[in-house]
Amino acid sequence: MIAQFGVATAAILVCMAMTLIRSIAGPTVFDRVLAVNSFGTKTVLLIAVYGFLSGRPDFLDLALVYALMNFIGTIAVMKFSRFGDLAGMEEDEEEIL
Amino acid sequence: MSAALVAEVLSWAFLMAGSVFLLIGGLGLIRLPDFYTRIHAAGITDTMGAWLILIGLMFSAGWTLISVKLVMLLFFLAVTSPLASHALAKAAFLRGLEPMLGRGLEIEGDDD
Repeated sequence: MIAQFGVATAAILVCMAMTLIRSIAGPTVFDRVLAVNSFGTKTVLLIAVYGFLSGRPDFLDLALVYALMNFIGTIAVMKFSRFGDLAGMEEDEEEIL
Repeated sequence: MSAALVAEVLSWAFLMAGSVFLLIGGLGLIRLPDFYTRIHAAGITDTMGAWLILIGLMFSAGWTLISVKLVMLLFFLAVTSPLASHALAKAAFLRGLEPMLGRGLEIEGDDD
C-alpha cells in the first residue's frame, strides 16, 4: 500500500530538481518566475503525497494554503514585473493595457 | 475482485500516469528552446500531472474528509494555474520578449 506513494514521491523529487535547474539557468526573469511557480505546484503535490506515504494524511490543509500562497506570489511578481510597482496602477493604465 | 483491490489498482495506475506526466513536463522545462514553449511544458505538469496524482490519492483515500480536501486542492489548482500561466505569458509579451518563430512563420513585413 506504500509502494505507489514512494514511486510518486521519487518522480516528484526528480521533477523538482529539473525545475530548479531551469530556475537557476533561465536566461530571462520570466523563465525564473515560471520555474518558481511550477516548483510551488510540485511542492503542493509533494506535501499531499508525503502525507499518504507517512500514513498520516493530515498535511492537506498545508497543501491548500500553499497552493493559494503560490498563486498570490506569482501574481504579485507578475504585477511588479509589468508595472514596476506593487502599490497600484498609475493613470496611464489604459495605455499599458 | 473486491472493491479495495479495484481501488488499489486504480490508485497505482493514476499515480504512475501522473508521475510519467510530471517527468515529461520537467524534461520539457529543461530541453525546450524558448520561454513560450516552456510555458507549454509547465502546463503539462500543472494540469495532467497534478490532476492524475490527486485523483490517484482520492482512490486511495476513499469516501472520507481527506477526499473532500483533495477535491478542494484539485479545484484550486485547476483555477489558479491557467490564470498564472496567462498572466506570465501576457507580462512577458508586453515587456517585449519575442517568441521564437520557425522557418516559414516570419511575421508579415518583417522579412527584409
